[in-house]
Amino acid sequence: MTRWKPVLIIGFLASFPLWLTSPYFLHILITTGIFTIAAMSLNLLLGFTGQLSLGHVAFFGIGAYASALLSLGFEVHVTEDVALGVAPKPVWLAMVFGTLAAGLCGFALGKIAFKVRGAYFVIVSISFAEVVRLVAVNWVELTQGPMALNNIPPLKLGTPDLLELSFLRKPAYFYLVLAIATACYVIIRRLVNSHAGRAMIALRENEPLAMSVGIDVTHYLVLATVISAAMAGAAGALYAHYVRIVDPDIFLFIYTVIMVIMVVTGGKGTLAGPIVGGIIFGLLPELLRALGIKPELQWIAFGVVMILVVFLLPQGIVPALDDRWKNRKRHPPHVKPSIHVGSGAPR
Amino acid sequence: MDQFLQHCLNALMLGGIYALLGIGLTLIFGIMRVVNFTHGELYAFGAYMMYALVMRLGIDFFLALAFAAILGVVLGAAIEFVLLRQLRSSDIDVTMLIMIGAWIALQNAEQLAWTGVAQSIASPFPADPITLGGLSVSWNRVFVFAVAILLIAATYFLVNHTKLGMAMRATFQDREAAALMGVRIERIHTTTFALGSGLAAAAGALLGPVFVVTPTMGDLAAAKAFAVVILGGMGNLVGATLGGFILAFAEEIGVGYISSGYRDAMGFLLIILILLVRPTGLFARKERIS
Repeated sequence: MTRWKPVLIIGFLASFPLWLTSPYFLHILITTGIFTIAAMSLNLLLGFTGQLSLGHVAFFGIGAYASALLSLGFEVHVTEDVALGVAPKPVWLAMVFGTLAAGLCGFALGKIAFKVRGAYFVIVSISFAEVVRLVAVNWVELTQGPMALNNIPPLKLGTPDLLELSFLRKPAYFYLVLAIATACYVIIRRLVNSHAGRAMIALRENEPLAMSVGIDVTHYLVLATVISAAMAGAAGALYAHYVRIVDPDIFLFIYTVIMVIMVVTGGKGTLAGPIVGGIIFGLLPELLRALGIKPELQWIAFGVVMILVVFLLPQGIVPALDDRWKNRKRHPPHVKPSIHVGSGAPR
Repeated sequence: MDQFLQHCLNALMLGGIYALLGIGLTLIFGIMRVVNFTHGELYAFGAYMMYALVMRLGIDFFLALAFAAILGVVLGAAIEFVLLRQLRSSDIDVTMLIMIGAWIALQNAEQLAWTGVAQSIASPFPADPITLGGLSVSWNRVFVFAVAILLIAATYFLVNHTKLGMAMRATFQDREAAALMGVRIERIHTTTFALGSGLAAAAGALLGPVFVVTPTMGDLAAAKAFAVVILGGMGNLVGATLGGFILAFAEEIGVGYISSGYRDAMGFLLIILILLVRPTGLFARKERIS
């Protein structure tokens, strides 16, 4: 059963475009999927290494901008006379580049920011995202500033005369997002079950202890940040070529907050948590909007939900359900296995 | 030269407010170990209360200022009582998540209550600036500066020369020992948070009439406050005061000689730089970072 569960879930998700023909619903599913990828990537840092990184939206935005700029081509003046120009590249290459660019920024931030921990790290990560946002606003020559990058080309694979796969239509894009989300899930799963993943969890649980047994803490934190940033960058690139317009608002702190809410509600440090959280908080805004609830009220509700979840379900939904499920299966209610300390017969 | 002096004067005026925002935040962090993400919202709350009292209810400007600060104290005490009191033994990350939730909820409550339209507050000061040689500064800014310095001085007095202040300092140094000596820790926490919130609300009420009042005005204020606190070292009152002026000078010089678009980036760049080079802040005498 457990072996077939992922296949069943992906099969179920893949069937959506077959019976959900409304473009509106597909649009919601696509954006939900993109944000779920971002949430999964954040979970690697927040859940598995235990670092509250609140600048995650920077990687999402860098991925989006890098991919959009490369597919559009750009020219910047280094000095008055020297100009650096890049001709438009194919979209798939641009998306790969966007992913790599975000990963590279993750490397830089990781190297810099992990000199500090806790509240200090949180503030460095927020500052990083804000600096990137202000660069996107002010470097008009490159990013068009608040005028936004328009007419970003959609993804097309193959050549027009032989076999062309166009991802302009929503069902095709849905499958693309689903494929990349699955790939990210598999990568994270393999990572956390590997030697590196165990090192990450060890340093989350007790950093001094992890260091004392010879785990190079900074190395693994940077590794987690690079992978996490690259995935967020991939999500950003997917976003850029889907909505086909990117402006500096993509770097707003509120998007980081959404990702954090998704991860925390679903269950940080679990594989399924960010997916559950991503689906809930991807669909919830649309549901609330359909009910005619003002966006401000929706945001108030999000803030309150975040507070309530941290108070009432500190582990998140997935671990809570898991516990309940296991308890019902393995132990009859009210009988807990007793633990005897020390040797000899129980007194 | 005149231009440089003018920048310095502007920085001085701005620095007072930054310092005021910073000391509230640094007190809360130092004593409670809480990264207060609602600080900016208290600032916006103060500005909106000022707007409501002056423009809607027609209360005297100076009286309204006092009321706005007091309402900030009340809101701060309420946040402390409802949320933070339950989290005393919690991890700092948990508290941060809760405070972020509170921040989002408060900001959107403001948006809901007052709409997103920017509001302005009439001030009783003459519109003509004071000119001195080649320099000029508006009456309003001078008033803001004077009140900010007054509030900072009052906070210093409270912390350094009163019994309550002694209890606060004791809590800051060693919570358990202070509790054993009979300091009522719960009360100190509530007082500290209310005081810090009141200072933030006062800053908002002071600056509301200088600029315009919008629901998101708190975000930038919070960012500056964090920069100031990190410059000075978290929990360091003198550091936060000096940090406020340093940030203001850095911004003004940056605006004057580099580019005005990056004014707000200055604070963030300083945060990153300071934390890399000297994570305990510029003025720390002993290690506080864990």
